[in-house]
Amino acid sequence: MIYLDNSATTKPYKEVLDTFVTVSEKYFANPSSLHSKGGEAEKLLGQARKSIAQLLEVASSEVVFNSGGTEGNNIAIKGIAFQHQNRGKHLITSSVEHASSHESFQYLESQGFEITYLPVDQDGLISLEDLERSIRPDTILVSLIHVNNETGTIQPIQEIGKILKEHPKIFFHVDNVQGVGKVDLPLKEWGIDLCTISAHKIHGLKGNGILFVKNGVSISSLFTGGEQELKKRAGTENVAGIVAMAKALRLILQESKEKKENLFEIKQFLIEELRSIDGIDINTSMKYSAPHIINFSVKGIKPEVLIHSLDKRDVYVSTRSACSSKQGGASRILLEMGLGENRASTAIRLSTSYGNSLKEAEKAIKVIKEELLNIKKVMR
Amino acid sequence: MIYDHLVVRYGELSLKGKNRRHFESQLFETVKRKMRPFQGLNMSKHFDRIVIELNGQSYEPIVKSLQDIFGIHSISLAVRAENDLEAIQKAALIALNEAIEGKKTFKVTGKRSLKSFPVNSMQLNQEVGGYLLRNTEGLTVDVHNPDVNVKVEVKDTGTYISSKSFEGAGGLPIGVGGKAMLMLSGGIDSPVAGYLTMKRGVRIEGVHFHSPPFTSERAKQKVIDLTQELTRYSGGKIKLHVVPFTKIQQTIKDKIPSSYSMTIMRRVMLRITERLAENNHAMAIANGENLGQVASQTMHSMYAINEVTNMPILRPVITMDKLEIMNISHRIGTYDISIRPYEDCCTIFLPSAPKTKPKREKAIRFEKNIENLEELIEEAVNDVETLILEEGKSTDETFDDLL
Repeated sequence: MIYLDNSATTKPYKEVLDTFVTVSEKYFANPSSLHSKGGEAEKLLGQARKSIAQLLEVASSEVVFNSGGTEGNNIAIKGIAFQHQNRGKHLITSSVEHASSHESFQYLESQGFEITYLPVDQDGLISLEDLERSIRPDTILVSLIHVNNETGTIQPIQEIGKILKEHPKIFFHVDNVQGVGKVDLPLKEWGIDLCTISAHKIHGLKGNGILFVKNGVSISSLFTGGEQELKKRAGTENVAGIVAMAKALRLILQESKEKKENLFEIKQFLIEELRSIDGIDINTSMKYSAPHIINFSVKGIKPEVLIHSLDKRDVYVSTRSACSSKQGGASRILLEMGLGENRASTAIRLSTSYGNSLKEAEKAIKVIKEELLNIKKVMR
Repeated sequence: MIYDHLVVRYGELSLKGKNRRHFESQLFETVKRKMRPFQGLNMSKHFDRIVIELNGQSYEPIVKSLQDIFGIHSISLAVRAENDLEAIQKAALIALNEAIEGKKTFKVTGKRSLKSFPVNSMQLNQEVGGYLLRNTEGLTVDVHNPDVNVKVEVKDTGTYISSKSFEGAGGLPIGVGGKAMLMLSGGIDSPVAGYLTMKRGVRIEGVHFHSPPFTSERAKQKVIDLTQELTRYSGGKIKLHVVPFTKIQQTIKDKIPSSYSMTIMRRVMLRITERLAENNHAMAIANGENLGQVASQTMHSMYAINEVTNMPILRPVITMDKLEIMNISHRIGTYDISIRPYEDCCTIFLPSAPKTKPKREKAIRFEKNIENLEELIEEAVNDVETLILEEGKSTDETFDDLL
């Protein structure tokens, strides 16, 4: 199997699964229960929180557990908007956000908020001047995706953080679901107030996520009904998943230290090979992108057809974002980048992680070339 | 980053006359211990400072760690230059450029403790200041309220130039002021009292009263975690004595009128703490008592309770408002632990109407109802569980393989 759909989900580390099983067996009690079994579970939960806080170089009280990226983005965006709407109802984001952010903003728009959607250039980047120009006295939030899930484009978060330092009343949320373990994001140094992370993109399990909420930042909670997670997210904690996530985070950060160069190497290889194939356009920016995402369009071929034929050869890739891949049609992100309807509706995404090798990449290219020939034969 | 040194300046030490050398070496020991997790640092002790060579390490975590150490007045980032005017000017320009971003005014504070250096302090200010003005744009000198102060210190070991400083924790080096037993309840006040006690150079050992099954393991763990947090400021380790208190509390409940049970309980706690102090060579008791906060903390109450001991009782938060205490507690990292909602032995047996103005004579009379009080105290002292908590070492190794 050659699995190149890591931006949709990663395969859990073996160690992560072991942790999940052990914790589910031994520490199954509700951490809010008063008895000693509850106490043990609570202690373990506290240790996991502390470990994650240390890995992210933040305080334990700034780590809010939830169910994953979609929830994290929803809590952050709606939570800030509703909590601080008395101060202003203007929010800034980009036009290339993940659906969970994008649709949160659309919802807020229907609730009387005013949203500025910053446009992007051909590389998928927003412009800092645009951002500065959009800031108004009633702006309360800037929310941006760090690494774009379809194209891998990295937004200039550090520079944006600097700009926002001049506007201390504006909160800064970063969706870092695709970036963790692949592209550095020092939360404290870069002036970030809220940051979304998801476990299953870092070889953890689905259904777990982290929202970093800087101490002193108040948000209105979407779920109420208990005092869990500092009253920011009620609901019994998924202890086993959370502890497994702590382990996944530790392991991927370690891998990232040792193997990030490998990812760059594989990406370089894939892009060069793909570029040489007739009819393929590379949609991923060479200069401003993460080491693990390669997006390309194949002229005249429906992406689904290619995906299924690769599937038969045990090579797994996807069209753009898994979350919206079933909708068909053109990619909103690629359209926003000005790549045109044709390219936007024929895009394929390869996404790697530390388990992939150059050898796999070579094999994948070979298979892609062969299948493209086959498809072209049939289609003619 | 061009900064290659940290200059650690002492606090009140310069006032300490003959004890100074002792104080300095205590502080140096603490700094060395605290710096253990960082690789490749070189440290040296000088008359009025400790100099740390960074050897390429990033300074932020090191400064943060140093800010936990009492006895340090300030920490400056510094570049070292040879004792040569031209070299000093060049280094000063680099230091200024690092610190000036977005700011407009500066001054130079020159100091020449190496008297053989041909340029004196006043000339140094002019020579370096002039050079900086010539080689920058849009900057002016403001000697009263500068945005950036470029300090130039000529020493026999070289010239140190710094423009960025961080505030230290102040106080006196831990270990120069004797030892006190700190009564730790698990609330917000007592860890703050412990922190402030240590600030004056005093070592502490914790004393916690545990009444299972009325108080839970989680309440005990909370106190362990609080003590663990305090080790950051303690110069390494803190001992925590956990006193088995159930039997005494039950006896008090049986034999003492409920309005006086709290007063008697506090008297017994003090007696036990005094005994532990004697056993562990401590000369004082510290606690988080605060005037007027709760029933046991009125002046009448303290008068009735304090009678049982001659030992000095240190009450660092006695006059503070709750908000002031909470601010410190946030700053030192104990707040989030303190607010975990478990009952402790002070709340679990709390009568519905404790006397806020108990009488000393009555307390003495009621206490006589417990004929075997000495025995009970003896037993509790003998059965104390003593834990040693060490900075940087988690007490929860059991979970390591899961995480």
